[in-house]
Amino acid sequence: MGLSEHDLFLLAVLSPFAAAAVAPFVTRVLGHRAGWLLALVPLGIFALIASHIGEVAHGGNTVVAYDWVPSYGIKLSYYLDGLSSLFAMLVSGIGVFIVIYSGGYLKGHRYLGRFLAFMLLFMGSMLGVVLADNLITLFIYWELTSITSFLLIGFDNNREASRRAALQALLVTGAGGLSLLAAFLLISSTTGITEMSVLNASGDILRDSALYLPIFILVLGGAFTKSAQFPMHFWLPNAMEAPTPVSAYLHSATMVKAGVYLLMRMHPSLGGTELWTTVLPIFGGVTLIAGTLLAVRQTDLKLMLAYTTVASLGLLVMLTGTSIDAAITGAVLYLFAHSLFKGGLFMVAGTIDHEAGTRDITRLGGLGRAMPITFFAAALAGLSMSGLPPFIGFIAKEVLYDGTFGATTDNWAVTATAVAGNALMLVIAAAVALKPFTGEKVETPKHAHEGPASLWLGPLTLSLIGLGTALFAHTTGEYLIGPMAAAISGGTAEVELHLIPAHFGAPVVLSMVTVALGIAVFLMLDTARGIVAGVLRAIGWGPDRGFDQVVRLIIRMAIVITRVIQPGRMQTYMLVVFLFTALALFVPLFAYGEMPEWPEWPALSGSNFYEWAIIAIAVLGVGAVLIASTRLNAIVSLGIQGFAVALIFMLFGAPDLSFTQFMVETLSVVILALVMTRLDLGNHGHRPLPAMIRDGTVAVAVGVGLGLLLLSVTQWPFDARLSEFFTANSRAIAHGRNIVNVIIVDFRGLDTLGEIAVVMTTGLAILALIRIRTRKVEQYDGTKREVRIARTYSGERWGGDVS
Amino acid sequence: MRTVIFRTIAPFLAAIMVLFSIFVLLRGHNEPGGGFIGGLIAASAFAIYGIASGVAPVRRAIYFHPMGIAGFGLFIAAVAGLPSMLKGVPFLTGMWTAIEVFEVKVDLSTPMLFDIGVYFVVVGAITSIALALEEREFD
Repeated sequence: MGLSEHDLFLLAVLSPFAAAAVAPFVTRVLGHRAGWLLALVPLGIFALIASHIGEVAHGGNTVVAYDWVPSYGIKLSYYLDGLSSLFAMLVSGIGVFIVIYSGGYLKGHRYLGRFLAFMLLFMGSMLGVVLADNLITLFIYWELTSITSFLLIGFDNNREASRRAALQALLVTGAGGLSLLAAFLLISSTTGITEMSVLNASGDILRDSALYLPIFILVLGGAFTKSAQFPMHFWLPNAMEAPTPVSAYLHSATMVKAGVYLLMRMHPSLGGTELWTTVLPIFGGVTLIAGTLLAVRQTDLKLMLAYTTVASLGLLVMLTGTSIDAAITGAVLYLFAHSLFKGGLFMVAGTIDHEAGTRDITRLGGLGRAMPITFFAAALAGLSMSGLPPFIGFIAKEVLYDGTFGATTDNWAVTATAVAGNALMLVIAAAVALKPFTGEKVETPKHAHEGPASLWLGPLTLSLIGLGTALFAHTTGEYLIGPMAAAISGGTAEVELHLIPAHFGAPVVLSMVTVALGIAVFLMLDTARGIVAGVLRAIGWGPDRGFDQVVRLIIRMAIVITRVIQPGRMQTYMLVVFLFTALALFVPLFAYGEMPEWPEWPALSGSNFYEWAIIAIAVLGVGAVLIASTRLNAIVSLGIQGFAVALIFMLFGAPDLSFTQFMVETLSVVILALVMTRLDLGNHGHRPLPAMIRDGTVAVAVGVGLGLLLLSVTQWPFDARLSEFFTANSRAIAHGRNIVNVIIVDFRGLDTLGEIAVVMTTGLAILALIRIRTRKVEQYDGTKREVRIARTYSGERWGGDVS
Repeated sequence: MRTVIFRTIAPFLAAIMVLFSIFVLLRGHNEPGGGFIGGLIAASAFAIYGIASGVAPVRRAIYFHPMGIAGFGLFIAAVAGLPSMLKGVPFLTGMWTAIEVFEVKVDLSTPMLFDIGVYFVVVGAITSIALALEEREFD
């Protein structure tokens, strides 16, 4: 049985999950060198995708589909075209170096194996996002990236800040995920299409739909949260609490681009409308400017890079939002370049932190001599980020200027925003790539020296690729950028890339303006930082604080609601339960006019006087409950009434029922009495008059309602089909004369199985309730609080807050 | 409640009740009775024994934790549904067989096994609640 090409593809896509499962064991054996071995997995995936790019570049798109939940039309399907193959190559290619880098960065860490497993899990999820064709498949992978991101941000879970950042990222991207799910459900219910490839080939089907606006908003909800667009950008800088390999991989090169990917992926079916070309550029532009300004203010290398990532994502959204083919080509190029240089720079920042012991830019300088290879990689990446020749960043900038201010369009607002953003980006690039390495040698917490190969291999390779793809611009354009741009614009875009501008036009001038502006700001970086910090202090409120306020509000609301519906008072619960029982009994009787007629009074004859005697005993029992002076008397009186009822069952030919009733009554009396003594209830229960009237009314209502229901039921003609069936078949089929028992254990055996499971669970719950005790326990901060603790048999404790 | 008479009689009473409960359980398919009623009778037996002699002797007497007994009951009730699946008929379909013991024909069936499961669940769950309530001090 040979593997078909499709099966091989599926195996490749699922292989990171398998690798994640074995990663902890591999790490236990190989230690920090495990990274080198595990990197073979993404390398293999990269090779597989790369072997297809020739095919894809010439329009040969592949769909690999397996039935998953056929009844709902859910398939596990993947789609390989220009857009997904470039993304998949970025994810797997950068993944190779990240896995190697992680091994070096967390060398000797106790949980390195776990970390590598999370990383590989994320890699599998992210590959799924970019390759998925089916909408539900895409959504599931999308959520998996949110979850793995949560695990990785909170990796250092001993620190409060990490935990908060992880939760924040999960809540923000998780909310976006829900929005995306809603969008996908709307799409599949209005069009009946569940495959992205079909959707994009169906022309205006979504644009003409009446639900275009809600779908558009919901898709943006997913994309903007994931890709950190203003004002949902705040989680991304906070996510820098994660170990640096995570920041390099998830929060710059891959995951945060998922939102941009989604917008690009849906552009053929959703883009190009007036709404699209208005909303996206506005959000993208604001994000670009806000991100770069906030980046200028930072002094932490990682935070500076994080804010420029926010800015770059804004730029990408803005360009995608123009729906101009040339601008989209620029976006694709920029996305490609950004993944290379930003991934590299993050790894450089991590290496500096690792080797020098600090990431604070004001405490770094002159490291170039000590770390020459890292410096070299950083310089190359920094030049690419600055948009200077001969790097891929330069070509990207030229193309995008051409797109926004080229022969066909002159979009002033977008162009000006792009120039300002790019200039500030240059400032940060220079600050991150040059400042730590040049100038006076500054004393650092650790004695800095070059890191091991695992730490410099990634940044160096990525930077060199950024150079190489620019030098061979033509090939890059033909095989990587062109097919992807074509997939986004939905047509066949011919992309001709040149390293040296073909003619001296607007883009070249704009580039020169950008560089000049950037250098000017860089020279007065400290002043600029002061100004931005001052403005922010003046505003004093940001979305980050807003997030806290929202979360606090939700918690407070939850507390209020819980207090209302879970007051913790048994009486209230019982009252509510019985009140609704009474309503459920009366309302249908009135609503459907099924009030029973007054029944004929049964004639009292000599032969059944004992029946009346038993009924009298039952009534006496109930009366005794009402006038009982002590609780114990009331409990026993209730038992008398129950026994009388059991006798009535016996007289009317239901021995099983009667038998059970006797036992239940006996046990009820015993258990009620035990509860009374156990809870130290006094022998006398005092109830104020209003409470008495209230409880009495409810009790009478339930009793009367139940009585009326029974009367009403018995006044219907008796349908004997069921009893006839059981009488006829109980002996014949089930070999039993006791019909009740045969029904319980045979005819309705599955019901009984469910019921005994309930009995068992109820028993466990009651046991836990009985064993609860209130204790004072010491909290982490040393204060004491009251906690209810249930003791389990192993002596282990579990508990929760009292209030 | 711990009178001498009660304390002396209770163990015997409990033993007879348990025996009776098994009788009720086994006759259930043809005469009034069955696992549920049998279980309630046995549970009352343990509750009475507990009231008379304290919880510790009861726990010693039944050896297993009552919740464990209940879990075992649920398990065998579920297992009783499996043999029918081997024959390709739906889960929990009754299967019957008969064996000769000392020249007496005894019917064995999966519904009977199921009923025994019900018995154990009821005994276990109710007894554990009753014993936990009777315990004044624990651990």
